[in-house]
Amino acid sequence: MNIELEELAKEFGTERALHPVSLFIPSGALISLLGPSGSGKTTLLRILAGLEFPTSGRVRFDGADATGLSVQDRRAGFVFQHYALFRHMTVFENVAYGLRARPRRERPTEAEIGRRVTRLLDLIQLPDIGARYPNQLSGGQRQRVALARALAIEPRMLLLDEPFGALDARVRKELRQGLREIHDNTGLTTVFVTHDQEEAMELADLVVVMSMGRIEQVGKPAEIRARPATEFVRTFTAV
Amino acid sequence: MSDIVLSRPVPVTTEPPLARALLVGLAILFVAIFLFAPLATVFAEALAQGWRGMIAALSLPDAQAAIRMTLSIAVIAVPLNAVFGIAAAWAIAKFDFRGKAFLITLIDLPFSVSPVVAGLMLVLLFGANSSLGVWLMAHDIRIVFAFPGILLATLFVTFPFVARELIPVMIEQGRTEEEAALTLGASGWRTFFTVTLPNIRWALLYGVLLCNARAMGEFGAVAVVSGKIRGETATMPTMVEMFFNEYLSVAAFTLASVLAMLALLTLLLKSLLEWRHADLLAATCRH
Ligand SMILES: Nc1ncnc2c1ncn2[C@@H]1O[C@H](COP(=O)(O)OP(=O)(O)O)[C@@H](O)[C@H]1O
Ligand SMILES: [Mg+2]
Repeated sequence: MNIELEELAKEFGTERALHPVSLFIPSGALISLLGPSGSGKTTLLRILAGLEFPTSGRVRFDGADATGLSVQDRRAGFVFQHYALFRHMTVFENVAYGLRARPRRERPTEAEIGRRVTRLLDLIQLPDIGARYPNQLSGGQRQRVALARALAIEPRMLLLDEPFGALDARVRKELRQGLREIHDNTGLTTVFVTHDQEEAMELADLVVVMSMGRIEQVGKPAEIRARPATEFVRTFTAV
Repeated sequence: MSDIVLSRPVPVTTEPPLARALLVGLAILFVAIFLFAPLATVFAEALAQGWRGMIAALSLPDAQAAIRMTLSIAVIAVPLNAVFGIAAAWAIAKFDFRGKAFLITLIDLPFSVSPVVAGLMLVLLFGANSSLGVWLMAHDIRIVFAFPGILLATLFVTFPFVARELIPVMIEQGRTEEEAALTLGASGWRTFFTVTLPNIRWALLYGVLLCNARAMGEFGAVAVVSGKIRGETATMPTMVEMFFNEYLSVAAFTLASVLAMLALLTLLLKSLLEWRHADLLAATCRH
């Protein structure tokens, strides 16, 4: 599914989190929103998910207007910065949550839910942790469970807010590879937020550099390296 | 291999044994004097004429009416305030809106107003001297010196307990788990019942127990608004006072011990639940 942002702006009271921004995300792309803290990355991602509504501008999914579409109807797989796993549920129940939340007619049977959860836990290479609670997992494991939970709803797109932010360097490398593989296997349009330019350059097909609520440049990693459009992009992406 | 002798692990927070013994002793002494002794006295006085005296006291119509009144009030007031408390805490913890600080102050109001004043407020508002009271009387609706007045007084006095327990817990937990549920397709109600409510259940239980204890034990506000009519509007606490003033000490202390037993029962219930769900409690308290 492709995503189109048209002159999207967001104000919190008097504070402008996003100046009108426009962006086209091709179907199946893995793109990164890169920028320093406070540049509006999370706000943009939350608008895509339907967790926040823009002050003005439009969002289109495959050309159809989705600006007013409710968060439930967007079917965006969202991975939160601190994972936001349900702390009182086991890993199995966390992953099954989205399937159980479906209206009765579309809800899979218990056996089918079990099969799907098992398959997802295999996919994130944590087949044996279904019975554990989130506080019994390491940071990297929590992140992967959050990803499996988001994938369980058969999302139309995958949105990740600083998915590797709180992890140590080795785990981060591993999970980056994991995300790349999952993206390539599912073909989902994927947007991830990061403030780490190395991570963005290494993982993304397309990098969107943001600063102070504005998009500074959109391009392939090599393009941005070779021809930074603004002084900000030059300094921020300098190694 | 090295021959370092592994010594007993020393706790980081350690005090000299004497200081420790002193502190523990002091705590026990305090509990004994201020908690256990009065409670024991109540039961001892109730049993001054043996079980017969106690049973006789409990079969007094006034005592039975008071027990019925108190239980009926608690049965209605506690669930209502649990719902109000959850709603208020939810609004405060999970949403930003104008007048939020004012709402928080308002929730604390019943704690800062003396219960007697609260009772008087209701009497002035609904009593025969106000135009509202006159109107109510004309339509044969009795609030003051009747069940609705006692209920209102109890609701007012016990309102803060549930909300005060829930607000810090809900603020600490933030709203990302709820947001996660929404992105997974859950409706607002489903999110509330499957994510919000389970996350606050222990704080809620605690708030409900405190609320219940106060609802059954409230004296001041209820004394003013009920008029303490024996057999009609007297509650257990007000009936205890009336028995006591009439030198019916066995009856007074018997009713008092029933009240104390109800309180102990709720505490027991809470401990039981905590014990039954210890593993879940450990898993969910800290992330
Ligand atoms: N709920 C909110 N209320 C008020 N201001 C907000 C809110 N969310 C974000 N902001 C503001 O919007 C700007 C962009 O924030 P954000 O999108 O979180 O940036 P980033 O994710 O790039 O760090 C910041 O200045 C932030 O203070
Ligand atoms: Mg952010």
